[in-house]
Amino acid sequence: MMQGNEACVEGAIAAGVRFFAGYPISPATEIAELMAEKLPRVGGAFIQMEDEIASMAAVIGASIGGVKSLTATSGPGFTLKQENLGYAAMVEIPCVIVNVQRGGPSTGMPTLPAQMDVMQSRWGTHGDHPVVVLCPSTVYECYVLTIKAVNIAEMLRVPVIVLSDAIVGHIREKVVLPDPGEIEIVERKKPLVPPEGYLPYRADEDGVPPFITYGKGYRYHITSNNYDEGGFPATNDHKVAHALINRLHAKIEKRRSEIIVTEEYMLDDAEVVIFAYGCTARSAYSAVETAREQGIRAGIIKALTLWPFPREVFRKLGGRVRTVIVPEMNMGQLVVEVEAALKDNPARVVPLNRVDGKMITPGQILDLVKEVI
Amino acid sequence: MVLGGIILATAAAVYDGLNATHNQSYGPEARGGASRSEVIISRGVIHYPEIEHPDVLVALNQEAADKFGLNVRDNGIFIADSRCKSVPSKNSVRFYRLPMVDTAYEVAGSELVTNIVALGALAAVTGVVSREALQKAVAASVPRGTEDLNLKALDRGFGLVK
Repeated sequence: MMQGNEACVEGAIAAGVRFFAGYPISPATEIAELMAEKLPRVGGAFIQMEDEIASMAAVIGASIGGVKSLTATSGPGFTLKQENLGYAAMVEIPCVIVNVQRGGPSTGMPTLPAQMDVMQSRWGTHGDHPVVVLCPSTVYECYVLTIKAVNIAEMLRVPVIVLSDAIVGHIREKVVLPDPGEIEIVERKKPLVPPEGYLPYRADEDGVPPFITYGKGYRYHITSNNYDEGGFPATNDHKVAHALINRLHAKIEKRRSEIIVTEEYMLDDAEVVIFAYGCTARSAYSAVETAREQGIRAGIIKALTLWPFPREVFRKLGGRVRTVIVPEMNMGQLVVEVEAALKDNPARVVPLNRVDGKMITPGQILDLVKEVI
Repeated sequence: MVLGGIILATAAAVYDGLNATHNQSYGPEARGGASRSEVIISRGVIHYPEIEHPDVLVALNQEAADKFGLNVRDNGIFIADSRCKSVPSKNSVRFYRLPMVDTAYEVAGSELVTNIVALGALAAVTGVVSREALQKAVAASVPRGTEDLNLKALDRGFGLVK
């Protein structure tokens, strides 16, 4: 038996995370508690910082220092982290932020679940920045997606967000964890050139520059201003800016197929499809099982990757699908993306929203399925 | 109550080979607020983890009995502590009033082991988990050094049901 938040911790440690800086906040606190307990035992370090802003700064610093780093928070803390998250995205520092979502806006409903930070996870910090967002709906997925988050962060030098929620974070389920030998662990790319030939932001063909720990004989400069390959400010150079911003996005786009994870259930003959993620996907599965027992052809697309948005999966829906229902514990954040992904498909997109701190029930989804079919 | 629910789910999922989920809810207070454990036990996969109409309700105080008593499913089971003065219950529900808090005081001198006494009573009434599984889950979950005390509390809980 393991709790979702606990599975994040186990996944992080299995992936090689050895530094956590954070500030406790419900419903993410267990992650900090367990990191404080477990990290020292594997030679890692835990710091409770004075606030969320400093936590994010410490995580970036530790990562530049060569250690895989992670922090965990919830909405109000996630807001505070945005400035430094943007910094990490710009200067390409691998790091993972777990956001266990609770009701908002502001301090909102501290102990109750919500999915209100979906857009913030993509666009919370300013500028057209690259970011990857993964979203678990089971305890097991908390484990594997945290590992995946660390791997993507290290592989692409990008901040990765694990967008959990108060239900998934607090639920306990039976999980069978893979043997450590079966887990794929990615390490950041080291430079192949000697120090005098090293340009810190000269990318390889995959768009990712090799990364060396500060103080290891390679001298380099990091700035959050637009920078050239040498890592020095190039704030008025349009060509450099164009190349930089395009590269930051291209390094993710090139790896879409490795980053994007979706799950399909009963899609083959489905007339109604439910697109769901996070805790709401659990309700969707319950609803579809009941629908199938009643002879209703319903199916599910579950997104485990929210950003980049998995638009490819919608191509699998033929003309048979009449309606796609998008249940979300927000006022309708991803429904717009679903509509865009289905722009060439006549299927109707119907949102189902709930914002009172309670899960969308299987009954609510089933009722809507029956209404639209 | 949260730990009690975890132990029940562990007994079912780890030691009895079933599936189980545990879901907790609590208020923003650091100490002293109402808390609730929801446990689902099933042979199949459990997706939706929340419970609106439980098959079995254990209420350890008046507030819980008042708030959830009428939610119990028809032909379900409702176990309330004997210290509850009035208990709202439907005729279609099997009702038990058991001195769980009093028994905890007898065993431990405080209400600390009430949750374990309640687990014994719940298992005795429902048979939803085996006694052996529950004993193993209790021993594995309680603070070290308190195993004997808690196992005694569990036995006393079983003993409350004739």
